[in-house]
Amino acid sequence: MNDVATDAATTTSALTPLTITTRRGIESEVLVGGPEDGAPVVFFHGFAGHLGGEQMLVALAEAGMRVHAPVWPGYSEASTETLIEDMLDFTLHGADLVDSLGLGPAHGRPAPHLIGHSMGAMIAGEMAALAPYGYDRLVLVAPLGLWLDDHPIPDIFSLLPFEFPPMLFAEVERGIQLLAGGGLDFDDVEAIKRFLIGNSRRLGTAGKIMFPIPNRRLSKRLYRMTNPTLLVWGSDDKLIGDAYAAAWSSAIAGAQLETIADAGHMAPYEKPAEVAQAIARFLSATPAAPVTS
Amino acid sequence: MKFTWFNLMPWPDLPDDFREKNRSVWVDIDSKLFDPVRANQVYNEYMDQLEYAESVGFDGIGCNEHHQNGYGIMPSPNIIAAGLARRTSHAAICVIGNSIALYNPPIRVAEEFAMLDCISGGRLVAGFPVGTPMDTNFCYGQIPALTRDKYAEAHELIRRAWAEDEPFAFDGKYNQLRYVNCWPKPIQKPHPPIYIPGGGSIETWDFCLDNEYNYSYLSFGGYMAGKKLLDGYWERVAARDKDDSPYRAAFAQIIAVADTDAEAERLYAEHILYFFNRCLHVYPGFADPPGYRTISTIKAGVLDQFRQRNAFNFSELTWKDLVDGGYVIAGSPETVLHRMKDMITSLRLGHVFCLMHNGNMPDWKTRNSTKLFAEKVMPHLRNMWPDHDGDDRWWIHPLEDRVRADETMADARRDAQMPSGAATGE
Repeated sequence: MNDVATDAATTTSALTPLTITTRRGIESEVLVGGPEDGAPVVFFHGFAGHLGGEQMLVALAEAGMRVHAPVWPGYSEASTETLIEDMLDFTLHGADLVDSLGLGPAHGRPAPHLIGHSMGAMIAGEMAALAPYGYDRLVLVAPLGLWLDDHPIPDIFSLLPFEFPPMLFAEVERGIQLLAGGGLDFDDVEAIKRFLIGNSRRLGTAGKIMFPIPNRRLSKRLYRMTNPTLLVWGSDDKLIGDAYAAAWSSAIAGAQLETIADAGHMAPYEKPAEVAQAIARFLSATPAAPVTS
Repeated sequence: MKFTWFNLMPWPDLPDDFREKNRSVWVDIDSKLFDPVRANQVYNEYMDQLEYAESVGFDGIGCNEHHQNGYGIMPSPNIIAAGLARRTSHAAICVIGNSIALYNPPIRVAEEFAMLDCISGGRLVAGFPVGTPMDTNFCYGQIPALTRDKYAEAHELIRRAWAEDEPFAFDGKYNQLRYVNCWPKPIQKPHPPIYIPGGGSIETWDFCLDNEYNYSYLSFGGYMAGKKLLDGYWERVAARDKDDSPYRAAFAQIIAVADTDAEAERLYAEHILYFFNRCLHVYPGFADPPGYRTISTIKAGVLDQFRQRNAFNFSELTWKDLVDGGYVIAGSPETVLHRMKDMITSLRLGHVFCLMHNGNMPDWKTRNSTKLFAEKVMPHLRNMWPDHDGDDRWWIHPLEDRVRADETMADARRDAQMPSGAATGE
């Protein structure tokens, strides 16, 4: 596995979009890239979607990993989100995607590493708790899924559009660019309509596991998650801060924690090279001793 | 025409600087502004006014459900309705309504509405709102994208619970009940008239037409703004080949009557402005959580939605703004009559929910306006729809021989009276 290039953010051509259909019949878009014989990794995006910037994934592909990045129902053109209603639906859909991609021992291939960001990390955690032997290592970037009464997570469902960038990004201007997907003309009625529909579908779907509180009792099942785990946290995550990093660290036996400087909740998009480096270091390291609780 | 006197039950003591110091009157309103001792007076005054409305001739008296809300201190309208059912005799008890997706299980609504219908002798009008995002999602935690699905299941359960004669099992997505056996059942058969408060979605119009329910448009935007929406409804009625009875539709309108137009402004302006400028100060982030509206509704009316958001964020309106814009029908009996006729005919309404207590309006002013409307306006509006005279498909059908308030008052306080023959076992 190669080192991650620090200028990976400028490269976006290494991923190919595929369309797969799970055994349940849910059509899903997946970005795939990297050498076919590379270590398989599956990346699950968060509640904000891929944001049109896959630099971190490209960096991982260039580091020698075989990257698969599916798009959750509600986040693509296909209207499949009505089939996903709760945490178990999301979790099994994640497992179905891995299966449909032909990954894992059932297909004569190694168990993939799971990488999840935010809501995607919440789902990856559930997948690993449900089937710890189905996956190799786990990388959870700013995972949702726990709730601490003394540190309530801000309510993203009541945020106004202009409140998202400062909540999610350390660098607000960059956040505005990423969230607007290259710019949104608020004088264009049709553009506003498309934005509202997209936003309603994305966060409406996310709300099925995040509203009103993004806690579906994963804490009860974390003891089952015996995979070597890396936690990655932006140093300036205003959505879920240090208290949550500490809670996850103590909840998962042997978990490592990497902090990304000058990054917010959207660290994979703000600091893609740094996050990719942290992930690559963890995944290429000599296997740790089996975790015992 | 049917007129229902409605009280939203606003908290009357929001401070002058409420807008500056609070981001919202709803959901996260400052809890310290509520004074339970003051509420003893407020609740009873508001309930007295509803009883008064019956005494001066209103056809119905109405209440509704809101939570954590400075303009509606009525999280349980059924409690208010129960009080009214005992102390009134002939007005419809319009509960508009119970947000049926919030009750767990919703059989509770079937039971409580049946109780109200029995206590009142068949005078219940049953409203089934989906509920606002503020109430349903942010206060009561329902998942926005699943709210309508849960509502549909609750509706099915309630209707079956009223209709079935035998216990049945209900295997729903949100409710699993092994023995559904609604006990008591409502007097009105097959069910009390059902009203659906809606905000303009085609799905809601079709739901009303499929089930022969009344469609109620409850906004504070006034009748001029409401016309576009009601036009859409009537077009849908025609497209579905349904008859165009005006009693299919109801509309809520703020009304204030005085001896003259100038007197109306002098008496009522400050209280109605209190309502618009303090009570409707809702944080826009609570108005439309992603997933609450259907995609087809967003597609159909994105610009209306922006207006709808604005409807919860009136910025310092003046009395002239309110009257000229039709938010408020106010003035002398002649002025009010003229504008009511305009509203009723242009929106094609058989039912009007008359919002006659507004904001921090004191009791005497509320009664003054109510009496003037009942005596000098309402009688001239009774025969607006002669072609539909007697169409009572969306109105109550009470028992002729029912227990009445004047009897219950006396009966409740009398000493034991042994029936003749009881002592001898005859």
